[in-house]
Amino acid sequence: MTRTLILLRRRLIGSIFVLLIVVIGTFLLLESAPGDAVDAYIASTGGDAGMIELLRHRWGLDQSALTRLANYLWALLHLDLGQSVTFSRPIREVILQRLPNTLLLMGSATAVSFGLGSALGIYAGARPGSFRDRFLSIGSLAVYAVPGFWLGLVLIIVFAVDLRWFPIGGIESLASGKTGLDRAMDIASHLVLPVSALGFIYLALYLRMMRAGMAEVWRQDFVLAARAKGLSRRRIVLAHVARNALLPLVTMLGLQSAQMLGGSVVIESVFSVPGLGRLAQEAVAARDTPLLLGIILTSAVLVVIINLLVDIAYTVLDPRVGASEASA
Amino acid sequence: MNPLRRFFRTPEAVAGAIILAALCAMALAAPLFFPGDPQAIAGPALLPPFQDWSLPLGTDRLGRDVLAELFHGARTSLAVGLAAAATALAVGAIVGTVAGFAGGGVDEVLMRITDAFQTVPSFLLALAFVSVVGPSLGVVVAAIALGAWTGPARVARAEVLSIRERDFVAGARVIGMHPLEIAFREVLPNALPPVLALSSVIVAAAILTEAALSFLGLGDPNRVTWGGMIAEGRAVLRTAPFLSIIPGVALVLTVLGVYLAGEGVVETTAVRRSLS
Repeated sequence: MTRTLILLRRRLIGSIFVLLIVVIGTFLLLESAPGDAVDAYIASTGGDAGMIELLRHRWGLDQSALTRLANYLWALLHLDLGQSVTFSRPIREVILQRLPNTLLLMGSATAVSFGLGSALGIYAGARPGSFRDRFLSIGSLAVYAVPGFWLGLVLIIVFAVDLRWFPIGGIESLASGKTGLDRAMDIASHLVLPVSALGFIYLALYLRMMRAGMAEVWRQDFVLAARAKGLSRRRIVLAHVARNALLPLVTMLGLQSAQMLGGSVVIESVFSVPGLGRLAQEAVAARDTPLLLGIILTSAVLVVIINLLVDIAYTVLDPRVGASEASA
Repeated sequence: MNPLRRFFRTPEAVAGAIILAALCAMALAAPLFFPGDPQAIAGPALLPPFQDWSLPLGTDRLGRDVLAELFHGARTSLAVGLAAAATALAVGAIVGTVAGFAGGGVDEVLMRITDAFQTVPSFLLALAFVSVVGPSLGVVVAAIALGAWTGPARVARAEVLSIRERDFVAGARVIGMHPLEIAFREVLPNALPPVLALSSVIVAAAILTEAALSFLGLGDPNRVTWGGMIAEGRAVLRTAPFLSIIPGVALVLTVLGVYLAGEGVVETTAVRRSLS
């Protein structure tokens, strides 16, 4: 356990630096945008020059960029992300309201793609060079080339418009009054298509990684030893080859989390899922820079947390990781 | 056996090369076959495909020729994909070389910046960048490159770390070459092969990102893009699904072609390396 803690402490310190760079970098990028929150507000409500001056002063926009960055960082320490102009509510509230939907979407897509992808990868990698191996490899390459948002549209055409198996969009039926299990089933049926659209490409990725990893492991001596020992083929495949090939997939789980968050922006827009990604698009459309900044920060923190979790999983799965640091 | 023949021995690589060649032909021939503005009205609105042979793939909501748009869209997709990938590879190779060769504080700072870029979802970054600077072809290229240079940077750095310990680098130092000259004329060229091996993945990702950006309406409004066509067709998804399906198929084929050809190249060079 100390091994995990030591590794975790080191990663946490590193992450804080990285997040600081993200905050400053994004702040400066969005700062260079023409027009500010007051312009956006006045454009939607109207108002005279005196009103503009007043708002600039009240929101602290008449100060220098450096002062505002300092103010922003100070507020951030208190977990205050500022006020959203578009929603007239604290940004933290808006984001926290949308976050669960994105987490649900991402979590389900990750679980499905990781589970199915690694299972199919084991199936393909159990007999390298066989027909099913070649078929799955080429098939997964083809899947890997399909853009998620387009797949989403095709799924809508087939399963929502033609077959009417699943709803066309949203996260749950509006004003259905469903509770408990009924509501969960309702949300699940809304999630089937977006999760497939988001997860399909990762399914292919995990399949390919698992297969490639197993092809490597097959060549190692301990597999020969296991065979010589007279272990059944099934046991060699599952307990020796697949198990060793699984580790890089866990690493990938952390690495692709940022990518998946980005992908969910488009998927949420296709399926009108009220999540973080759709919020980002709304922020862009409304030129709500503080909101966009808050969303980028939230996703960066999310990515850091996911990677920390992956690190913990890694030390549990592989006793070699971090062992040298713990003994030092 | 020469590398070209070895490349064409695997069926996957041949398929990839054919797709890419067809795509390049489409992109180059677009102004020949379809001179004039592809966004101009060419016939009745929402004509289904294969009805009228002067408009083989039909027309969209505004009566624009889908085939003409498809050809011109190939130009945008290829141009943006290649330019963004080239920028990302160049920036990544330079940053990685400087970080690996300089070491110490420079390395630490550059790598933390790389970490920061990898922590922010690259699509969100591209979205923010385009919304700040305004959509145009160059901005879209820069926005995509912004999220794609980190991979090449890491690979280049790892490679440079091992190359800088070799004898020829020590030799260059002894004859008094400037460190920058050593880094960029001696070390960088030798570190390039594994970085370039990433190019097919990066080109493919760049094409997909461009499509997603223009799907969300953040592409260059004066250019036809496949992503934009898909978004256009979305409004009539129930009645004319072909409008979204056709450009999507083109997109899938393009990306598939890039992957297949890329795998072929990697395999060819891997065989050559194991032979030598």
